[in-house]
Amino acid sequence: MFKKLSMMLCGALALSTTVNAETITIATVNNGDMITMKELSSDFEKKHPNINLKWVTLEENILRQRVTTDVATRGGQYDVMTIGTYEVPIWGKQGWLKSLDNLGPSYDLDDLLPAIRSGLTAEGKLYAAPFYGESSMVMYRTDLMEKAGLEMPKAPSWDFIRKAAAAMTDKEAGVYGICLRGKAGWGENIALITSMSNSFGARWFDENWRPQFNTPEWKNTLNYYVDLMKKYGPPGSSANGFNENLALFQTGKCGIWIDATVAGAFVTNEKDSQVANQVGFALAPDNGLGKRGNWLWAWSLAIPSSSKKSDAAMKFISWATSKEYLALVASQKGWAKVPPGTRISLYNNPDYLKAAPFAQITLDSIQSADPVNPTVKPVPYVGMQFVAIPEFQGMGTAVGQQFSAALTGQMSVEQALQNSQRLVERTMRRARYIK
Amino acid sequence: MNTNNQTKAIYTILAWTISGLIFFPILWTAITSFKTEAEAISSSPSLFMFEWTLENYSDVLARSPYFEHFWNSIVISVGSSLVGLLIAIPAAWSMAFVQTKRTKNLLMWMLSTKMLPPVGVLIPIYLLFRDTGLLDTKLGLVIVMTLINLPIMVWMLYTYFKEIPHEILEAARMDGASIKDEIFHVLLPIALPGIASTMLLNVILAWNEAFWTLILTAANAAPLTAFIASYSSPEGLFYAKLSAASVMAIVPILILGWFSQKQLVRGLSFGAVK
Repeated sequence: MFKKLSMMLCGALALSTTVNAETITIATVNNGDMITMKELSSDFEKKHPNINLKWVTLEENILRQRVTTDVATRGGQYDVMTIGTYEVPIWGKQGWLKSLDNLGPSYDLDDLLPAIRSGLTAEGKLYAAPFYGESSMVMYRTDLMEKAGLEMPKAPSWDFIRKAAAAMTDKEAGVYGICLRGKAGWGENIALITSMSNSFGARWFDENWRPQFNTPEWKNTLNYYVDLMKKYGPPGSSANGFNENLALFQTGKCGIWIDATVAGAFVTNEKDSQVANQVGFALAPDNGLGKRGNWLWAWSLAIPSSSKKSDAAMKFISWATSKEYLALVASQKGWAKVPPGTRISLYNNPDYLKAAPFAQITLDSIQSADPVNPTVKPVPYVGMQFVAIPEFQGMGTAVGQQFSAALTGQMSVEQALQNSQRLVERTMRRARYIK
Repeated sequence: MNTNNQTKAIYTILAWTISGLIFFPILWTAITSFKTEAEAISSSPSLFMFEWTLENYSDVLARSPYFEHFWNSIVISVGSSLVGLLIAIPAAWSMAFVQTKRTKNLLMWMLSTKMLPPVGVLIPIYLLFRDTGLLDTKLGLVIVMTLINLPIMVWMLYTYFKEIPHEILEAARMDGASIKDEIFHVLLPIALPGIASTMLLNVILAWNEAFWTLILTAANAAPLTAFIASYSSPEGLFYAKLSAASVMAIVPILILGWFSQKQLVRGLSFGAVK
């Protein structure tokens, strides 16, 4: 009788625990680091038996569309959202995100890389915690560089990049000196060309939000890009984004590739890359004007203000972006697989520095990024490869299509810049930034 | 070979060529699903001469709850088709056999709702769903899919019913059949092929719908369209896994289409030639 009673009591207790358990829904993208987070999330559930996790993994653009609809209408479908440094300041100011002011006593906020932390802060409040951060850098084939009789400086100029690309190009052997993004889109070719333009002294807008595509600095930027790609780039480069260039580089078809620092782990991975042991890294190029052509981005975790389970969501974010999580990934997957670019302590860790030959350049690239003062001349906006205003996504993609058309030769550089100027002026007038 | 045979042979070759062109993307997706990620994105792709692997399928099955998505797709597509038929059959009966002078206008108006880009009504529908608690529920998606495909169902059934001689129904009425008897015991048995093809087409349309199913669902009601969408990646190679996920999502509907193709073609072409 007693045994039966105690069993019933245990059953009831178990049931009440299940009933009390909260389920939080996490929206994320299908990047390697996020997949690892999902795989290791049983550790979180073990530590927080009252919190269950539900995952919604989506393609980047679909995720952006879905979470934007949800957050703007306060739909409350998600408790944790994966968003980037473009959305965080805009959404934070709109009141769409909860500020992360309770990440726990052991979280060590001061360990976050200052550039990344400032990119996720609006009006003095942290609205998202960085899951992984990235800048852009030069990746090059050390063997081809040696064969060309050149040595890549740690901080090359655009002139050197042209010279090296020319020397490394061997079209008959299927080796192209330079691979850059050409696919149209605000997160594709515009991310690269906007960052590049910063180092050429160009800017999207002057201090009064007047578009600047009719300036000589933009003409120099786009002329350089189109000329470089036409002479030394792979065929069909107007369709190439991160993944296409990654495949080209990994199969030995690119001499130099300038793209996200997160690619360092891919190109040095012996399982996938045929050139894993012949890759060198350098800072993004400059033109001696005081700004380098690198960007800053962080995939980050935020809580929409419509979430009714913000305490549980906060606990999850605290776990996923903590130092302990980095150690967990290192123990399960190895140091090279640790999400990069968020914490200072990671770059002081000799085990990580040994496992990731790209670590120092990644750190230097992120630390040299200044999204608040991204350009040589002053600007009214924040952002290095984007302009943090809601209108930028549409404008950026439209301008990206013009630049892509210039690359394919459908129109001249002058025509592409004229069209871009007109397009952006119209949008800015409609949005009442200018009269 | 006489001229007739020659013409027949040319048409046969033409039909096979066009079918091959239409089917090629599906075949390419299926082949890619057996490649490694590096092979899948290779600049000199191979059609058959590569190292075949099932790794993508095992990865996809390990990473996503495929059967949950599959079940959601079944409920949404079959559910919306059945509910749609319940509404469309009486509507089409009335339009075909009890016509008024506004019937044609009504039919055109119904069809015109299909001309509006779905994104135009995204925010009102999203807010309605939010306020009624229908976000991320299968019931919500059944309602939306029913409403979206209802004009096509009514039109198909109307076209089909119009081919049925009035006299048969009139004879039933003369024998004292009620409207219910007329629909259930006379009209439906005669129109069964048309109803079946309407249902099949609606199942296919609902299965493949990828705007509302992506926007209105999150974790609980997400069908196979959301499952596919989770295998694209901005930073990292994904084509082989995406292809495996796509194959897993389209195979059930391909099988259904294969077994019901006679029915589907018969239903769709009914009334085309008198």
